[in-house]
Amino acid sequence: MEPLVHVRDLKVRFVSRDSTVHAVNGVDFDLAPRETLCILGESGSGKSVTLRSLMRLNPPRLTKMTGTVRVGGHDLVTTSERSLADIRGSVVSMIFQEPMTALDPVFTIGMQIRETIRRHETISREDAERRALELLELVQIPSAKRRLAAYPHELSGGLRQRAMIAIALSCRPKLLLADEPTTALDATVQIQILLLLRKLQQDMGMGVIFVTHDLGVAAEIADRVAVMYAGRFIEEGPVSALMRDPLHPYAQGLLGATVHGGVRGKRLTTIPGAPPNLAQVPTGCAFAPRCAYVEPACLAAVPAARSPIPGRAARCIRVPDHAVSTAA
Amino acid sequence: MIVLTQTTEILRQLPDVGGPAQPLLTIRGLTKHFPLRSGLLGRSTGVVQAVDDISFDVRKGETLGLVGESGCGKSTTSRLIMALLEPTSGEVIFDGQAVGYGGLTLKEYRRQVQMVFQDSYSSLNPRLTVRDSIAFAPGVHGVARRSAVTRADELLEAVGLDPAQFGPRYPHELSGGQRQRINIARALALQPRLLILDEPVSALDKSVEAQVLNLLLDLKDQFGLTYLFISHDLNVVQYVSDRVLVMYLGRVAEIGPVDTIYNGAAHPYTAALLDSRPSMDPDRRRLEPPLQGDPPNPVNPPSGCRFRTRCLHAEAVCADKAPPLAPAGPEHLAACLMVLPGSGHSQAPKLAA
Amino acid sequence: MIFYLIRRVLYAIPISLAVSLVCFMLVHIAPGDPINAIVPPDAPQAVVEQIKHEYGLDKPLPVQFGLWLYQVSQGDLGRSLATGRSVWSDLRPATANTLRLAVTASLIGFVLGLILGGLAGTFRGTWIDRIATTFAVAGVSIPHYWLGMVMVILFSVTLGALPAMGAGPGGATDWAWDWAHIQYLILPAVTLSVIPMGIITRTVRGVVGEIMNQDFVNTLRGKGMLPRNIFLHVVKNAAPNALSVMGLQLGYLMGGSILVETVFSWPGTGFLLNSAIFQRDIPLLQGTILVLALFFVALNLIVDLVQTALDPRIKRS
Repeated sequence: MEPLVHVRDLKVRFVSRDSTVHAVNGVDFDLAPRETLCILGESGSGKSVTLRSLMRLNPPRLTKMTGTVRVGGHDLVTTSERSLADIRGSVVSMIFQEPMTALDPVFTIGMQIRETIRRHETISREDAERRALELLELVQIPSAKRRLAAYPHELSGGLRQRAMIAIALSCRPKLLLADEPTTALDATVQIQILLLLRKLQQDMGMGVIFVTHDLGVAAEIADRVAVMYAGRFIEEGPVSALMRDPLHPYAQGLLGATVHGGVRGKRLTTIPGAPPNLAQVPTGCAFAPRCAYVEPACLAAVPAARSPIPGRAARCIRVPDHAVSTAA
Repeated sequence: MIVLTQTTEILRQLPDVGGPAQPLLTIRGLTKHFPLRSGLLGRSTGVVQAVDDISFDVRKGETLGLVGESGCGKSTTSRLIMALLEPTSGEVIFDGQAVGYGGLTLKEYRRQVQMVFQDSYSSLNPRLTVRDSIAFAPGVHGVARRSAVTRADELLEAVGLDPAQFGPRYPHELSGGQRQRINIARALALQPRLLILDEPVSALDKSVEAQVLNLLLDLKDQFGLTYLFISHDLNVVQYVSDRVLVMYLGRVAEIGPVDTIYNGAAHPYTAALLDSRPSMDPDRRRLEPPLQGDPPNPVNPPSGCRFRTRCLHAEAVCADKAPPLAPAGPEHLAACLMVLPGSGHSQAPKLAA
Repeated sequence: MIFYLIRRVLYAIPISLAVSLVCFMLVHIAPGDPINAIVPPDAPQAVVEQIKHEYGLDKPLPVQFGLWLYQVSQGDLGRSLATGRSVWSDLRPATANTLRLAVTASLIGFVLGLILGGLAGTFRGTWIDRIATTFAVAGVSIPHYWLGMVMVILFSVTLGALPAMGAGPGGATDWAWDWAHIQYLILPAVTLSVIPMGIITRTVRGVVGEIMNQDFVNTLRGKGMLPRNIFLHVVKNAAPNALSVMGLQLGYLMGGSILVETVFSWPGTGFLLNSAIFQRDIPLLQGTILVLALFFVALNLIVDLVQTALDPRIKRS
């Protein structure tokens, strides 16, 4: 069976007159139907660019995209703008970090849901209105009927994000892309939205790709986690295993640097230095300049993905390939 | 360790006044209401009770963490303390001396209390080099240009940046983490005693956040500082703070030692806030959100206890009576009728007969 | 909303009063005694006093203002010092002519400006943008009296295609929307449209460019909306800003057409103002300025109300 998402050697460059940024430098992964993948990374790692490539949403005039990207059987790299527009919103849809700016301020919530449904389906205005109401109830917006006529600025942050989710789900997509959808929300609201997304994913049987910089969010929602650095997946694996025992030194550093309940009184581990400038594609391991275990072989070539146990992989020469177990 | 002998003669930390037992900062009944106007004649139709009658101490040498969600008034509180806003009522007392009105002048006060903001970029003058930004305030306070620059270089070194490399640069040439280090250096330039850190690491990546938190802990010992650390990130607050103050809709919900609160919150809001943190363990995920809905709007807040509209334990009495801060344990206060003996709430302790 | 409406209309009253006062005072502050314009310099003092009395010029200024205001509110703008005719009888056809010219010019300018600005904002940084921006800069920087003369030389003198002067057969008071008249309108209207065209192009380019960069456009693309659907969203977002600039431009055209009306001898308020100034015809001057200023106040009011109606974020309850 074909996976829901099939990505091979995805490369994205942003080319303008005075500079080129190599944002994504060869990403490979598959996503099964009903699976949730978290792409974890810091700013500039290429995680959002990768996500946007899955519906070719990066700025068209600047973006050079190569490789294979197939979503639900559609080839996204070569397809025309027009058939791409038919795929967006119906097969794959997206929710964003800032629900305030991601919704059109001068149209009502109801209108923004209706126009999405009517773009992809032949349906009367009344039926679209009824579907919009059901969707607001699905995302647990209280007094949904009244909110259909509300403008985005009249809703609280949590309700706005729920409305955004309702729009994204309005045509029952097979794949939902989420770009840090809880980062801008308050703590007590963030957990509500996370749990809602988890429930909707299960009820509707969607695949979800969730971009975040927050390990805790990944722990709550992911089946699998991919850690991104300098435009590559440097480690990938099931969420529990990866969080308990990361293989790649960068993933280890990121976990060590994350402040959580158990670290009070201890000094935080930090990763020295800063991420590389992506004006050129790094020739060796992009993390080598900051890595405590660096050796000459790291700089010779980009480390291939090595898999010590089935289902896990890391791009680090210190990781054994096809070993029986690392825990032993 | 960096030796600061050259300039300590020129600008040194002002001496302790009231001794270690006297709080460095005392906030008494601080209130800030913003009126809302509308209608035909622009009459007042409501009041945003951004901060409503809050009182607390910041003790010498401690880090007091201030947490809360949007609209709880934590940013307004920090601006009131910095005297960037005029309070509706209440007072700010610094080491026993009232600020303004015949007490400490604002200039004397601001020398001793400095602030670091969340947005590292907009809080630096884009037309000044890093070195000039740090040397600016001492210049205003009468330090000679050469000493101020020497001092700026020492501070750059103290925050982990090479003065020769970073001194001549402009803010837009730096990363977010580097800019935040500059902001910290600038705040330290006047040798303050109290630093107000308003979401200082919220805009930073995790690996950089850890670097800046480590730096803040080092500087605190090195410069003999007291911190008021404001953040929405409960994990960060737990990591840096000695005591924690939780705010909800302009009022203090709970205050106490960090371990006491994180191990057993007395206020239902604090408990819910702590339970809202992602679990960090994929095998023990959260199943139910601890609270429903968003924090209400601080315009015309609920009567009585402001949390009662979202509280699982709310009873009729909660709508009538605004709960005062009541002792919940050693050095631990909570504004909840379930803590106040004889309050009329069914779960309140009985009054001793 | 209804409160805001009433309040905004009430605000217009003191503004109008202030405008009237300024109109009234300007004439008295300006150098030159209006009496000199009607009375021969060697007239006996008694005659001068007599005329001053008849025109009310011997009373204290506040009284003059009060009287003037009372008469104005009765629809009586006084009599022209130069011709002795009622000011209103001259002003009414002139205002109508200026309105025709200004509205035609703004229609041309607004339509071109919206198209050029919309294209430039959508395709920012491309050759389309550069061409549109060049037009806009040329539009605001070419002096329009010079452009008017060039147009006359080109279309009237050299090509003989269009008339150069006047408002057609029948003069100032006999307008009709037929070719015999419209051909007189074309050159002055096109000349006058160039500045608002440039300003609207620049405004719309900025507004559209800014809207195209907002996150919600990405959301719209992400839900599969076609370019024409997105265009509708952009238009509704851009409309309040674009309309307010257009309203003000219409106001400027009403008052700012003196030079163009003079070049083309178009019998409008600008032409009237010109002659009133040279003849020190105070009642005519006051009346004309007042009418123009009140137009401006009314336009501002309309722009504000339309903006409020269009943008749900402007909550004025």
